[in-house]
Amino acid sequence: MVLGRVILMGRVLVKPEVCIGCHLCEIWCAVAHSRSKNIIKAFTSEQPKPLPRVIVEERLPLTFALSCRHCAEPDCVFACISGALYKDRETGRVVHDRARCVGCYSCVMACPYGCVLINERERQVLKCDLCTGLDFPYCVSHCPNGALVYEEAADKHGGF
Amino acid sequence: MYSYLLPEFIVERREDRCIACRVCERQCANDVHAYDPELERMVSRAEACVGCQRCAVLCPTGALLIRPHPAEYRPNSSWTREKLQDLKKQAETGGVILTGSGNDKPYRIYWDHLVLNASQVTNPSIDPLREPMELKTFLGRKPDTLEIDLDNGGVKIESALHPNVPVATPIVFSAMSYGAISYQAFQSLARAAKEAGTLFNTGEGGLPKEMRAAYGGNAIVQCASGRFGVDPEYLNCAAVIEIKIGQGAKPGIGGHLPGEKVSENISVTRMIPRGTDALSPAPQHDIYSIEDLSMLIYALKEATNYEKPVSVKIAAVHNVAAIASGMVRAGADIIAIDGLRGGTGAAPKIIRDNVGIPIELALAAVDKRLREEGIRNKCSILAAGGIRCSADVVKAIALGADAVYIGTAALVAMGCTLCQKCYTGKCNWGICTQDPYLAKRLNPEIAGRRLVNLLHGWSHEIKEMLGGMGINAIESLRGNREHLRGVGLAEWELDVLGVKGAGE
Repeated sequence: MVLGRVILMGRVLVKPEVCIGCHLCEIWCAVAHSRSKNIIKAFTSEQPKPLPRVIVEERLPLTFALSCRHCAEPDCVFACISGALYKDRETGRVVHDRARCVGCYSCVMACPYGCVLINERERQVLKCDLCTGLDFPYCVSHCPNGALVYEEAADKHGGF
Repeated sequence: MYSYLLPEFIVERREDRCIACRVCERQCANDVHAYDPELERMVSRAEACVGCQRCAVLCPTGALLIRPHPAEYRPNSSWTREKLQDLKKQAETGGVILTGSGNDKPYRIYWDHLVLNASQVTNPSIDPLREPMELKTFLGRKPDTLEIDLDNGGVKIESALHPNVPVATPIVFSAMSYGAISYQAFQSLARAAKEAGTLFNTGEGGLPKEMRAAYGGNAIVQCASGRFGVDPEYLNCAAVIEIKIGQGAKPGIGGHLPGEKVSENISVTRMIPRGTDALSPAPQHDIYSIEDLSMLIYALKEATNYEKPVSVKIAAVHNVAAIASGMVRAGADIIAIDGLRGGTGAAPKIIRDNVGIPIELALAAVDKRLREEGIRNKCSILAAGGIRCSADVVKAIALGADAVYIGTAALVAMGCTLCQKCYTGKCNWGICTQDPYLAKRLNPEIAGRRLVNLLHGWSHEIKEMLGGMGINAIESLRGNREHLRGVGLAEWELDVLGVKGAGE
């Protein structure tokens, strides 16, 4: 993620003990990946409808929002048959290149966290890109209870 | 039985803004909102709405407007809508009407009829940003005389001192028990008290063992009529011990924590079986006189090696001054007085709204009586019940309080909107509930910070007001009624308050 000239490397940490299961992270993730970045336009008039990259897992009272862990050794990347998923050496992020994705969903099966999601409409996969191009991950900045925290990587290669 | 009640609130949804994200549905413990897949839009059941505003605050598009329901009966000054609704409610249930928070009836709020002084020409005001300003307050009994030794250029206090507890600012969190409020809310108060250098009050629900080492030093531990959670370690880990006789919201009434709220951790902390009702009797059954009170005060002092001040908390009632005098003579180091507008987690509405007297009058009467009897130094006075802002704190101190208790103000800082449904256990803000799904809505880190911010803000404002009066220490304001004037008060009210009218 580029913030001015500073490249941020990190990932979103979840705190289930304060996650209130409101799903606002999902809503704002979809807004972050919409064309207009306007919540009302994004949900009422944009086509195709923007989709979230984060999913709130629920077994009440337990709830937590899960998105890509940007693993040091990502199973999804190893499973990808077309080279659409790769680990960015500069930022440590696991990146999805839409142009190369063939929609085989191997990565969906390989991800141990269930964090690669399916976009059936376009036969593509969706995953967290840490809001590339925006100031800060929307799920973190819009969480009303501090249940999502952005954690910087300890080393340049995205290790924690 | 078919209900004749009108809904209390109306839920208005701006369809042009609603994106059917269902956040309101998930946030409402009263099941007001729901998504209708056939209509492909959100629908609301206004009759279940308690007006807590949780959905309106969390709605990402600001699509919700919750306000008192405009439906009216024929206007009648005597038979108001509230009276009619209460009658219908009782006709349907046959029970006592319960409520939460403090008295909401339009009794005169004396704070709003008292104005403060400021320095002009003849004495200089002080800028607290440039000059030191002391808010530190010591709670506890002060000696009758102070002998000092001035040997070798140093100063040494010769008189024997009684245990005193310092607080950085004269604002203390009032008693809210773990059980009445969630663990998260309880912990938020403890964290904030520790960080801000003040005290929180455990209420009568005990202090969880894991919190004792970290937060005991900032705790006022209560010993109330139910004796829940009282053990030697509980008493000895604390800063102050408080005997609770009464509560402003329900003078003369006991407490009842329903069994469904007594979870494993609460049962361990209160030392009662899990799932049993925690009943606090109306009186303390070993205190039927001032002499009995004295025995309990000294039993507690004995149990803690005379190292901690013992506070006695009463509700402000008609003969409060005489009662307070007896309490001081019985050995109380701190007198806590909870006024008519003090809050509660649950109380019969008829009691909350009709029993007790305003804290301003009670406080002034107690301070005056103790001064007249020459025993004011033997105790600190904590005023509670309806302290809403820093000006109320300053006025309370000028009326004779050493410090104030804030309960409702602290809850509001954490998110409470005074919907008065604390007794239902379904607090949407995660404060007054034991439901784990609701309680985690209160993040102790965030709520703790909000409380500390509140204390900081008030303390700054108090310093500004003191500076304006030309005073540089809160000690100089204590009982200093010359800095107060009454506006719009009758002669008897000015007399009880011991305050001159404005212009006098």
